[in-house]
Amino acid sequence: MKLKLAVGLGSTCSGCDIAILDLAEKVLDLVEAAEIVFWPTAMDFKLKELEGLEDGEIDLGLYHGTVRTSQQEHMAHLLREKSKALMAFGSCACFGGIPGLCNLTSKEEIFRAAYKDTPSTVNPDFITPQTEVRVGDFVLTLPELHQDGKALPLVVDVDYFLPGCPPAVELIEKLFPYLSLMQGGELPPKGTVIASDKTLCDECPLNRENKSISRMVRVHELIPDPKICLLEQGILCMGPATRGGCGASCIKVLMPCRGCMGPPPGVKDQGARMIAAIASILAVSDEKELPEEEVVRLVNGIKDPAGTFYRFTLPVALLNKKMREDK
Amino acid sequence: MKKITIEPISRLEGEGKIEIFLNEEGDVVEAFFQVVELRGFEKFCEGRPVEEMPRITPRICGVCPGAHHIASTKAMDAVFDVKPPAVATKIRELFYCAHILSSHILHFYFLAAPDLVVGSAADPAKRNILGVIEAVGLDIGKKVIIARKYAQEIQKTIGGKATHPVFGLPGGISKPLLEEERKQIEEMARFLVEFSKFSLEFFDNLISNKKEIADLITGDIYRHETYYMGMVDKDNKVNFYDGDIRVVNQEGKEVAKFKPKQYLDYIEERVEPWSYLKFPYLKSVGWRGLVDGKESGVYRVNSLARLNVADGMATPFAQEAYGKMFHILGEKPSHATLAFNWARLVEIMYAAERLLELATDGEITSKEVRIIPQGIVGEGLGCVEAPRGTLFHHYWADKEGIITKVNLIVATGQNNAGICMSIKKAAQSLIKKGEVNQGLLNMVEMAFRAYDPCLACATHTLSGQMPLQIILRDLHGNIIKKLSR
Amino acid sequence: MGDFEPKIIGFCCNWCAYAGADLAGINRIQYPSNLRMIRVMCSGSVDPEHILEAFREGADGVFIGGCHLGDCHYMTGNYKTMRKVMLIKSLLPQLGLEPERLKLAWVSAAEGQRFAQVVTNFTEEIRRLGPNPWKGIEK
Repeated sequence: MKLKLAVGLGSTCSGCDIAILDLAEKVLDLVEAAEIVFWPTAMDFKLKELEGLEDGEIDLGLYHGTVRTSQQEHMAHLLREKSKALMAFGSCACFGGIPGLCNLTSKEEIFRAAYKDTPSTVNPDFITPQTEVRVGDFVLTLPELHQDGKALPLVVDVDYFLPGCPPAVELIEKLFPYLSLMQGGELPPKGTVIASDKTLCDECPLNRENKSISRMVRVHELIPDPKICLLEQGILCMGPATRGGCGASCIKVLMPCRGCMGPPPGVKDQGARMIAAIASILAVSDEKELPEEEVVRLVNGIKDPAGTFYRFTLPVALLNKKMREDK
Repeated sequence: MKKITIEPISRLEGEGKIEIFLNEEGDVVEAFFQVVELRGFEKFCEGRPVEEMPRITPRICGVCPGAHHIASTKAMDAVFDVKPPAVATKIRELFYCAHILSSHILHFYFLAAPDLVVGSAADPAKRNILGVIEAVGLDIGKKVIIARKYAQEIQKTIGGKATHPVFGLPGGISKPLLEEERKQIEEMARFLVEFSKFSLEFFDNLISNKKEIADLITGDIYRHETYYMGMVDKDNKVNFYDGDIRVVNQEGKEVAKFKPKQYLDYIEERVEPWSYLKFPYLKSVGWRGLVDGKESGVYRVNSLARLNVADGMATPFAQEAYGKMFHILGEKPSHATLAFNWARLVEIMYAAERLLELATDGEITSKEVRIIPQGIVGEGLGCVEAPRGTLFHHYWADKEGIITKVNLIVATGQNNAGICMSIKKAAQSLIKKGEVNQGLLNMVEMAFRAYDPCLACATHTLSGQMPLQIILRDLHGNIIKKLSR
Repeated sequence: MGDFEPKIIGFCCNWCAYAGADLAGINRIQYPSNLRMIRVMCSGSVDPEHILEAFREGADGVFIGGCHLGDCHYMTGNYKTMRKVMLIKSLLPQLGLEPERLKLAWVSAAEGQRFAQVVTNFTEEIRRLGPNPWKGIEK
């Protein structure tokens, strides 16, 4: 029996669509197991057709992208309604993703930058896109932009999670056994996260030796030893606060992890975990002798904590935005 | 007034809709291509360490992340005023050729071919890659899948990941290429050269056997006479990685050539209240509306535009394909929008040949792939030809290396005007006396598909608050009245 | 601002700061009741998540009291506390919170007077800073 699958979009870069296509030959296996009834990036089904389906007619709905606009929120609710099971696919849907960094600025500032201040923009009347505008005889509408970026679970009830930016092909392949289960009429346990149960450090190919950082450097300031843990060498790596399962792709080209797989199991706030991890190994080999100013200097070597510790997970953090009076 | 809405538009990257307005007689009076998404990279990148930009900006687009990554990395070199070792530049370009291949193969076979192979008016359920495979057979289908897979593999080997690569650094790249990696890349490159030849042949057969496709390409429905912009090397040949920016007019005469960092002297952007996407246009000509012609500052980028502005291709098979294409189209520059699809295949040929050249370069496995920057200038621009057109990343950073300002001019944005015009003309040509069906509407969508748009790229910007405001405009866009609450 | 009473969450370590607070109590040394104390075995066991959650729940200020450096009952716990607090302080401004809302103080079991002084000063500091903008924000 062929399952029905649908892919709905939030504020996406479509890397998640590409990730599905990166199944390569296995895409043919996917379409053997499932009929895709909605997927705007690759197929011509329109919104009306999705709206016309029965509730729960779709066996598995995949939603990728941050929820940023009224239209994307509508799609989240629609896909939830029409799907027996809904999966947050990719880091934007799971945690908010990089577009969630919009929570660090304010609407007014963003507005001004895009439509007035950028040097190539010529807009003396400060015209801005409108949710409804009359152009001659015609009325045109645009979706409304929300204040903040939201992760999918904050908008609708989500059954499964497949993190990654984009999700690794090896993890997407793990969908196949789930589809087989569903074909047999079973649903995998709610809340399942298709990823590793451990942190990235567990699958990292580098060697951990010293467990004490004596300096903090930025990625362009040091050519690291290719065999030793980057964090130990002073290069900030989010590995200890990040769920594994991605195959450590970034580490394999000697670049530090930036946390796209989200927090490890049992951890609510990825940034808090990273702070705890750094604190436990920052200049601890000589902590008794080290003057406080030195510790301050080391901590100041970590630039942009919000954008580094929460790059992919700000919308689901405990403090998930920059509070302004007007927010 | 009757209104037809196509929502969402499909077989492209990004979110948009098309609104078509018909008069009493059922003819199209106006049509709008509206981009309905936006995110705000230009703003939320402020405050980020500049060396993180090559890892943040690819998230503008998951179909051309390689383009953002390389443009951003080049901007890094400028911000830190550092020149990478020659082998680093070569490896970056090697990666980039694979990226162009991956993106173009995706577009031609997965997004455009359904219209050309399965049929523009075919059953929507079949108008997709699966329908294409059904029509051409599993052997060819598998070849396409493997070609794309190889292009992704090469990017992954060099860049860490194909989607959202991580290897670019100011002063070079993060890791040298190993000999066993180089060997694998060379093997895949050879396959891709053969595959590119096959793709050109495939297209030849398509237009020979399907007269309706050939007619559509050379016909009037999708024709627009605009300016064209693209990057060229010192011999005025197409180059994706580095070069000067050249602009030609409707007759193919060069009207501008500039170094990328001078872009602000040549390009301006305009805002309309009915789309989140801005409209770039040529500063020297000015904005005259969504119209063709010499008096209108509308210009186009992307494959056909690149071939239009160049004097040729830098590699032999691509040069041959280039000559053949323009010969059959009967004009250079070509104004046949559907020929963007064809030009993409010529570029695949070039990218594959260049990929093989670099994969067999004697220097490519050298170990010294990075130098440490010694200081910071603070302002820098990186420019490449993204698969979809010219891409500018312009950063300003303080002396700590923290971003203070960002300006991005992204490929598809520069085709916004072109896409709007193409949608309107196609709608007006195809929909008459109120006769509408899904096939005709799909043919309207084909007008944007040829541009291979990437709307996430285009709308990196964010407008923020939208107080309700009604602006009454006449058909020329002049404001008659403003009402707000 | 006149009727703003700061709500402060205080994590105090069992062996030093909490004992110091006890001593203040025994000696009837007054200090503001704005501080809601939570006894922990070591200041180093205070997870950054606890601190951020306190702010999320609307605490106007968060206080951490531990042993003087070198005197930690568990040898090195307070060195970790110092690092955690510094890291959180560098994060807070980006989220729109003043780093002064988080205070770390070393107070020994014998320093009852000092405990009262530190808490009094901190309460006034928070009163000056005003209410936490996260108060009342729906989850």
